[in-house]
Amino acid sequence: MAHQIYQAIADGILVGGVYALMAVGLTLIFGVLDIINIAQGVLVILGAYLSYELSARLHLDLFLGLLITVPAMFVIGVVIQWAFIRRLRGRERTSMTLLVSYAVALIIEGILYEIYGPNVKQLNASYVQSSVHLLGFYLSDIYLYGFALAVAVVVAIYALLYRTRFGRSVRATMQDETAARLVGIDVNRVAAITFGVGVAVTAAGGMMFGATNSFNPNSGYDLISRLLAIIILGGLGSIGGALAASVFMLTVESLVTIWSPEWAIVVFYAALVLVLVIRPTGFFGRQPVRAQ
Amino acid sequence: MNSTVSGQRAVRSAALAVLAAAAVGFPLVFSSPVVTNYAVYALIFVAVVSAWNVFSGFSGYISLGHAVFFGSGAYAVGIAARDWHINGTGVFALLPLAAVAGAVIAVPFGLIALRVRRHTFIVITIAVFFIFQLMAFNLNSFTGGTIGMSAPFLPWTPTAFNDRFYYIALACAAVTVVMAVLIRRSRFGLQLRAIRDDEDRARGLGVQAMRVKLTAFVLSAAMTGLVGGVWFLYLTQVLPQSGFDPLFDLSLVLMAFLGGLGTISGPVIGALIIEPGQLYLTIKYTNGYLSEILLGALFLLIVLFMPRGLVPTATEWIRRLRTRGRPAVPPASPGAAAPQASEAPTREART
Repeated sequence: MAHQIYQAIADGILVGGVYALMAVGLTLIFGVLDIINIAQGVLVILGAYLSYELSARLHLDLFLGLLITVPAMFVIGVVIQWAFIRRLRGRERTSMTLLVSYAVALIIEGILYEIYGPNVKQLNASYVQSSVHLLGFYLSDIYLYGFALAVAVVVAIYALLYRTRFGRSVRATMQDETAARLVGIDVNRVAAITFGVGVAVTAAGGMMFGATNSFNPNSGYDLISRLLAIIILGGLGSIGGALAASVFMLTVESLVTIWSPEWAIVVFYAALVLVLVIRPTGFFGRQPVRAQ
Repeated sequence: MNSTVSGQRAVRSAALAVLAAAAVGFPLVFSSPVVTNYAVYALIFVAVVSAWNVFSGFSGYISLGHAVFFGSGAYAVGIAARDWHINGTGVFALLPLAAVAGAVIAVPFGLIALRVRRHTFIVITIAVFFIFQLMAFNLNSFTGGTIGMSAPFLPWTPTAFNDRFYYIALACAAVTVVMAVLIRRSRFGLQLRAIRDDEDRARGLGVQAMRVKLTAFVLSAAMTGLVGGVWFLYLTQVLPQSGFDPLFDLSLVLMAFLGGLGTISGPVIGALIIEPGQLYLTIKYTNGYLSEILLGALFLLIVLFMPRGLVPTATEWIRRLRTRGRPAVPPASPGAAAPQASEAPTREART
């Protein structure tokens, strides 16, 4: 029993890494643009399908394929921001952006259905099935690689935000958009690139999700609701918080799965509701600004 | 001035009377069950969107969790009919139970969710929604699990069946719209809209924000639950994924936005336009993907080109047409814009 619990914790931490990969982009987009991108779930699935095309048709390695899918998703992100999100202003902006991204999600989902149909697919590679025996635990290779990838991506985003000139303008925009504009930061450019980066991350997340789960165009809904729970729990806009919350939530889910697999997901959302009752800003959230 | 106001009022009452007569007479003219089927669904959505609008439209808290009440209403009727062995037309006596189920669930739901605002509120409503959908899947012995619930058989011909449900749905829609009108005109409605405009200021002026929001939430939930019960009896079955459907919530928001959020006629018009269209596409293209793409595209078009919705935009056009480009009210100072009519009541509430 004790060993089962340790194994569940180890699994939870590794799967948490995969979710962190998807959640980081979402929370980054929120932090800079103050919007929740509902399309993030479907974009992850789109990333998974792109990886699927590259590996099934061109026999490209999944991780090598990221060199193509990540820039592709970046472009898609910039286009979505430029075409739809940029235009929204005014009092209803919060709900409007949410709805626009929901609409984008619907369109992408519908197109994916038209192309691939409802049958589930899974990404395959030699390391998807294999596992290593480490300290008495069986850890599957793909999760280990994925966890390493997640850590690398989070570190890269941190470096981008805290070590570059662009990152400084992003952080300035996060703190105060008007002031950032006044000191000469091109806020629109910052917003477009941030949205692009946030979406580009889903290419990696999608590849990992597709390798560890079977997916169809409909998988985005389940995913986005979990990701939303994670980033709210971590504190909206906090990248470290997203990482911590991913690991925490997936560990809890993995532990509950030992006793009851079908209730594990309920615990996931119940944990979110409970935490928010006690601490409405999440684990690492900033104090909410005075606004509706 | 006075005579034009009373004249306008007479025109409006006459128009309302014509509309009511048309609504009541509709099944007499179009007796085909195929046509009345569209009408029943449209009216069900008129009722639900108006109920949603009473909370979300007036208070500005966008709920993406109203399917919780809709599905719970449906399940409440189904479970009660099964456990108490109620058959035939007796099931209609269970409809108040559907409203009670919605209201009872809304109290703890609201107490938790209404503590937070904006994005976090929306996400909590989504989370609660998924908890309910998963409960419907998992509580096998209570909800029937993946098989769902079936409604008792009603011994009516298809035409009689649709006609009767048409009038039931019409009654629900009428009650909800009247409720929305009464709330909008009341002090309570003003408090709700004060919360929408600036919650902290409203609290500072003595509005008991939590109590007001929760009351609106519970009222809205009760009506949504009731209509959920009607929908269940009409469809004769409910599944976890149809009773608790994420697209249901999105459709509500879309209909309300298309017509005009926070107005009375907006949600009604939005529902009457979108629901039959969606139903037509679903029936014509059985796979439903095309209707999904079109729904998304329509949504984008509305938000980008008519963000305030049909009714407020049309009202402005009519006013511009009437005044022929002259401002309706002489500006206070040269160059100042005429005050917006829709904003006026909220300002009055503060003084």
